[in-house]
Amino acid sequence: MSDVLRRPGRIRLWIGDHLVLALGLLVLVYMFVPIAVVILMSFNDNSNSRNIYAFRGFTWDNWSNMCNPTGMCSAVGKSVQIGLLATVVAVILGTLAAFGMVRHSFKGKSAANLIVFLPMASPEIVLGSSLLALFVSSGNSNLLGFRAIFIAHVMFCLSFVIVTVKSRLSGMDANLEQAAMDLYANEWQTFWRVTFPLVLPGILGAAMLSFSLSFDDFIITNLTAGQTTTFPMFVYGASQRGVPMQVNVIGTIMFLVSITIVIGNELNNRRKARALAA
Amino acid sequence: MSRVAEDAVSASTPTGNRDLRISQLTKDFASFTAVKSLDLVVPQGSFFALLGPSGCGKTTTLRMVAGLETPTSGSIHLGDLDVTYEKPYRRPVNTVFQNYALFPHLDIYENVAFGLRRRRSKEVDQQVNDMLDLVELTSQARKKPPQLSGGQQQRVALARALINKPEVLLLDEPLGALDLKLRRSMQLEIKRIQTEVGLTFVHVTHDQEEAMTMADTIAVMNSGVIEQMGSPSELYENPATTFVANFLGQSNLIAGEIVGREGDVVKVEMQGTIVSIELDRAHAETGAGWVGIRPEKVLIAPAGEPIDAPGNHMTGAYVTDVSFVGVSTQYLIRMAWGQELMAFEQNTGVRGIIPVGTQVDVSWRPEFAFLLDASQDVNAGIEVA
Repeated sequence: MSDVLRRPGRIRLWIGDHLVLALGLLVLVYMFVPIAVVILMSFNDNSNSRNIYAFRGFTWDNWSNMCNPTGMCSAVGKSVQIGLLATVVAVILGTLAAFGMVRHSFKGKSAANLIVFLPMASPEIVLGSSLLALFVSSGNSNLLGFRAIFIAHVMFCLSFVIVTVKSRLSGMDANLEQAAMDLYANEWQTFWRVTFPLVLPGILGAAMLSFSLSFDDFIITNLTAGQTTTFPMFVYGASQRGVPMQVNVIGTIMFLVSITIVIGNELNNRRKARALAA
Repeated sequence: MSRVAEDAVSASTPTGNRDLRISQLTKDFASFTAVKSLDLVVPQGSFFALLGPSGCGKTTTLRMVAGLETPTSGSIHLGDLDVTYEKPYRRPVNTVFQNYALFPHLDIYENVAFGLRRRRSKEVDQQVNDMLDLVELTSQARKKPPQLSGGQQQRVALARALINKPEVLLLDEPLGALDLKLRRSMQLEIKRIQTEVGLTFVHVTHDQEEAMTMADTIAVMNSGVIEQMGSPSELYENPATTFVANFLGQSNLIAGEIVGREGDVVKVEMQGTIVSIELDRAHAETGAGWVGIRPEKVLIAPAGEPIDAPGNHMTGAYVTDVSFVGVSTQYLIRMAWGQELMAFEQNTGVRGIIPVGTQVDVSWRPEFAFLLDASQDVNAGIEVA
């Protein structure tokens, strides 16, 4: 009797242990298959193939001749350029705005807090087309291209920077700055010795977010690009004919960069946690 | 910039009288006045406590001395140096903050060295190590603040302020976050350090026991003004207001009618009994008054048995509640006129506990009673943390 009772329990336990694990693994596979395909395809030798998406054999050629497809590397260069420039400007403006919005009270503060969210909440296609209309109707269609993309990217990155830095700042103990002043640090020293180091993680996070948003953006960029081609635009254009395998190389590099940052950050956190536990 | 700070600090090194003098200090906020025309002199080298319930203005006063709050009017002097509107980093004053406010991104060593480095002080290493020794944290020097326990963090905060040898050290409820046992030992520790370094300490607290344990002089603050100032025993034995009588320890306050002065005592008719109050303990001269007596000064004995006190014995009372708390027994006594008085009796073991319902006689030595103005709220200062 007891045996009969015990067995289903065990089976259920086994299923519980293994089924959940299996499902979890499936979800992970589901998430990472696209990335695996990108990495795999970056080594695909498809030079003599009609079906360019079929894996024909292993080669380093795509990596050694990364810039073979016409215009691809210059498009990547454009994207990196715009990304870095927009990030720097958005981070500086956004950080200053965040300080102003957290530290000072002014008329329309709560309205400002709301308005900051608008670019994040608006559909990109709306922002993009309205930006295009703005540039053209204001007689500034000559800006379309690098400058217009830069202006547009700073605009949508700004709200992300403000929100990120603001949350970091408002979580900071205001007593710390008073303590610094109490300990003979003037305003300038207080900012650079105490405030800035404490807000820096927020600023770095905002910068990484800004860069990836800018690098990745297609819709707004496409509408304001004029004659300029960024990497996402290049990939979109190429996909009409068949994406060159070198795109996967760029994709793999991007993936490696971000995974390095994530792992580095995690290791750093673990080191801190270990130090805390000690 | 830091040269300026250093000059300002070195320019004010002790010469002659370095008392902290606060005069007519007022701080108005948008909707209320936190500090009202406060006058205060803290003698150099003393341990001074500002005691009061939350919202009484004690922390605002402290922050104005630190330079973290700008006074609406009045002045703050350190000796002859007017620091009323001086920047916080230009006054020889350091603060131990309520929540410590240690810099989380710096290790303990750098936290303690912070003030010295800003003033480009020499021999930072030697001084920091000495200070870490004093607070017994040498082994923790390279840890970050969150890795330390509350008591250790508190000692870092103390070391970080003390190392600058300020003329006045401000302590803003420095022990509030610690548990009771740790708080007791830190109280003695801080008192020891103060005696050792001989600096002026101004300590803000709402804990009357803490203030009495540590301070030479206590100023009891209530709604922005100082109610009474004096040594702990002066304040306790001879409170001048109902607020002080109730906030500092507990008091029995009994309504009475002042008969008048007779020699060096004031006679009061109190519920059918005439009691005498020494002149310097009478804080009212005419009209109605509160006769005050501390619970441990109230003597009781079962009806008819002798009580070790001269003068009147009040009869017709009985015990309504008894709590045994180890060192003492606390009685509630219903008097003939219906009021309940507290009486604390030392557990000397001479007599057993008097059970509830027992008829008792009540008395006290007249030199322990005090007389307060009846216009004051009899419950002022009760029910505060």
